[in-house]
Amino acid sequence: MTQPELSILIIDENRIRASIIEDGLREAGHKQVTVIHDVNEVGRTIAASPPDVIVIDLENPQRDTLEHFFSLSRAVQRPIAMFVDRSDRAMIEKAVEAGVSAYVVDGLKKERVKPIMDMAISRFNAFARLSRELEEARSELEDRKIIEKAKGILMKTRGLSEEEAYKLLRTTAMNQNRRMVDIAQSLVTAADLLGP
Amino acid sequence: MSQTHVTAGFLPLLDAVLLVLAREKGFAAAEGIDLHLIRETSWANIRDRAALGHFDVAHMLAPMPLAASLGLTPLAMPMIAPMTLGLGGNGVTVSAQLWEAMTEAGAPGDLDAGPAGAALRNVVAGSHRRLRFGVVHQTSSHNYELRYWLAASGIAPDRDIEIVVLPPPFLPDALGSGGIDGYCVGEPWNSVGVTERGARIVTVKAAIWRASPDKVLGMRADWAEAHPETLAALIRALYHAAVWCSDPGNHAEAAEILSAPHYLGQATDIVMLGLTGNIETGSGVQAVRDFFVPHARAANFPWKSHALWFYSQMVRWGEVAHNSVNAATAAACFRPDIYRDVLAPLGVAAPLADSKVEGLLSSPTSIPAAAGELTLAADGFFDGRQFDPQALDAYIQTQRSVARNGH
Repeated sequence: MTQPELSILIIDENRIRASIIEDGLREAGHKQVTVIHDVNEVGRTIAASPPDVIVIDLENPQRDTLEHFFSLSRAVQRPIAMFVDRSDRAMIEKAVEAGVSAYVVDGLKKERVKPIMDMAISRFNAFARLSRELEEARSELEDRKIIEKAKGILMKTRGLSEEEAYKLLRTTAMNQNRRMVDIAQSLVTAADLLGP
Repeated sequence: MSQTHVTAGFLPLLDAVLLVLAREKGFAAAEGIDLHLIRETSWANIRDRAALGHFDVAHMLAPMPLAASLGLTPLAMPMIAPMTLGLGGNGVTVSAQLWEAMTEAGAPGDLDAGPAGAALRNVVAGSHRRLRFGVVHQTSSHNYELRYWLAASGIAPDRDIEIVVLPPPFLPDALGSGGIDGYCVGEPWNSVGVTERGARIVTVKAAIWRASPDKVLGMRADWAEAHPETLAALIRALYHAAVWCSDPGNHAEAAEILSAPHYLGQATDIVMLGLTGNIETGSGVQAVRDFFVPHARAANFPWKSHALWFYSQMVRWGEVAHNSVNAATAAACFRPDIYRDVLAPLGVAAPLADSKVEGLLSSPTSIPAAAGELTLAADGFFDGRQFDPQALDAYIQTQRSVARNGH
């Protein structure tokens, strides 16, 4: 029993995430995958080949535009509904939490769309985790730079060794119940204001 | 006192002000509500996250609870509006180029809807291409109000001009780049178009349909039923925020709060324009009476006649079939009973009637209220037609012929 190939459209302003989703779909054997980054292109794309499933990121401010387009479109003959089955609340919730939404041509069987959604959800989550880790690493690096700078100021102005400067920052932070980087930042700001 | 956590979604618009003030000025905390505000990027997200329970309540376009309850939009479910977040607050803005053409076609330059519409009709009739106007959402007060103004001015939307949907912050840019010729949106996005894109405000909601709602406090009907006390506390908090906001002496502070990056992210001066109603049209400042009414004259009362007018427009533009079941569903979305039950005990003059004939009041009029007397402002449509919710069928019938034949 062969089923007609599903045509899938991905709309995501984030090019990296879009390509991660696209890869996932291709790995799962989908061949008709189109990616666009701008909703304004959706008219042309849909007219050229009407998709069965549209995957869109929730951060995309143009979802209203997209939905309005569906309501007007002569190219999309069958109405497009969100998700497969309104009763599948668990999947809808997971999707929205992951930051992804989908529109599916009415009448499409749930079991055909579910793997696509599951894949999109897990890749959206993975992407968010990756972004968060990158952000954390970046801010950790920033923190370290500020602490280094504050240590340098203390060593220069108070004639402390590197270890003494570090200890002073740490004790002050503990005594004031603040983070070490905050103490260091105050010190750096104060030093900037007082100038050399 | 332990605080009840309430999460509310909003879009960066002037009329999110009551939710913002309820939080920032402590009106929510005073009622035992720990109000969390989450800024969203689209009305579709507001709708979906309200439906899924991520938001307990939301800043919603007034017709949105109707669309959800009537099953017009994805994740459809019964939604209600027990409170309106103010009257007016939006306008119609056109590009400098279109304004020049409208001036040549006789637009007088005030914000009167009639003469501006007549001038636009002349421009549309002589234009070699179809003009394109933007609105923020299909089931929005902007869409219905713009269409009403156009149709009553002799311009058939969809035939004579094209209407597209774009998110509010994108509209000024789309106008600047020539993607659209005009738009209907809430403040501050008309003023942003004027200051940043040389656009011209041609008329305002307060001129097209006087004393009409733009946004409501919307929520799932089952949430309201399960949390009557939380809802009552929230309505009280928003009511106090509305009273505070309506004092001109507080406008500067309200604008300052609202202009913050996590709320509107716009200059305080720009926010002040809509808040005070001193509108910079693009050719000078005009004081617009009742441009945005956050509180006075029962501005927060969810009239069923308002819900039914939106319904009549959904029918008019082919979004929903008219029958008595659908009409009843639409009317049931606005809940004046909840408003009255919560606020009358505080001595708030809440109207005793649930509905009024839109356009009947030509001057400020006193009406009976749950606590004393209440004076309503003149209301109604710029073309002088009245909307009597008791005669819904006849109204819909009249509009059918108008929609078909122009005017």
